[in-house]
Amino acid sequence: MNNWKNFTKGFIKENPVLIMLLGCCPTLGTTTSAINGLSMGLATTFVLVCSNIVISLIKNLIPDKVRIPSYIVVIASFVTVIDLLMQAYLPGIYETLGLFIPLIVVNCIVLGRAEAFASKNGVWASCVDGLGMGLGYALALMILGAVREILGSLSIFGWQFIQADGILVFVLAPGAFFGLAYFIAVVRRFNK
Amino acid sequence: MAYILIIITAMLVNNIVLAQFLGICPFLGVSGKVKTAVGMGAAVLFVMVLATIVTWLVQTYILNKLGIQFMQTVAFILIIAALVQMVEIILKKISPSLYQALGIFLPLITTNCAILGVAILVGNGTYNSMGLDATSLLPAIVFAIGTALGFMLALVIFAGIREHMAKLPIPEGMKGVPAALVVAGILALAFMGFSGLV
Repeated sequence: MNNWKNFTKGFIKENPVLIMLLGCCPTLGTTTSAINGLSMGLATTFVLVCSNIVISLIKNLIPDKVRIPSYIVVIASFVTVIDLLMQAYLPGIYETLGLFIPLIVVNCIVLGRAEAFASKNGVWASCVDGLGMGLGYALALMILGAVREILGSLSIFGWQFIQADGILVFVLAPGAFFGLAYFIAVVRRFNK
Repeated sequence: MAYILIIITAMLVNNIVLAQFLGICPFLGVSGKVKTAVGMGAAVLFVMVLATIVTWLVQTYILNKLGIQFMQTVAFILIIAALVQMVEIILKKISPSLYQALGIFLPLITTNCAILGVAILVGNGTYNSMGLDATSLLPAIVFAIGTALGFMLALVIFAGIREHMAKLPIPEGMKGVPAALVVAGILALAFMGFSGLV
């Protein structure tokens, strides 16, 4: 039961990007389409789960004063892993996401969960927490990406349903800010 | 002339916050007052130039020499974390008031993706669209200065607008971050006008 709560809290109640406003940079930068947003979210989920597991395993070995640098090293290692994996097996998506894959290392969500949860809880709970938070993040990114894709290029997951030009501004930089602003406002309205 | 072009491109055309979405956290977090925004901008300028120099040297003389480019992410984040610690200690001694004002956000420069982003762009040599010699340090420094000035510019303009917005009647759900993001979007629209500049 407790694990289920740990898992589901990341989706709405403590959604990392919509409620806690963490990890805004990739949210704005990679959501030009639903598939890009989803891939970014899943890559972050991978790093989040792995680093949560490792950090909860080694939490008693790390002296308190150097815990943040140690967490960063753990996170950076897993970011390197996903970076190389995506480069090898998903070169197309890797090309589109570009700089944002190595930048997962400075995503506040990952370090935030390490410090707030994994450093205080057991392995299984940390794994579940990382998975829930990561999937909540991926879901938010996918929805924002889908909305921007529908409005901006009249297509969804690459399938164009109307053969016409969309509102181009939504796939450009300003659309990211507008989209996220109204997304947060809507979630706040229903979360009350 | 090419150096001026690098600065204009990095500062206005490819503005790090409004066109590339890096460094959004401090952009939203410390933009309540113009004075703090200037302080944060100056801190980022200092750290960014310093970090670019150090990471460029590490990339060129260690990672590339030994053929271990895959260690880039780990090496760079550790260098930046150490640099930020140093700046924090210096600032605490020299200007306690600024240290007070920046508070929690100075340690957060470590996780400011703008710094690491610029370091990686420079390390990979992908920032260089002017056809300058990518193997020398000077264009990298100029690029870092331009990017940091762009960050500062966006932050100060944004803080100025937000100071005035404090008095406006904003609907309940849009208060705070959503309203700020809408303003950022309008600013991004304005900055798109620079795209024909270079």
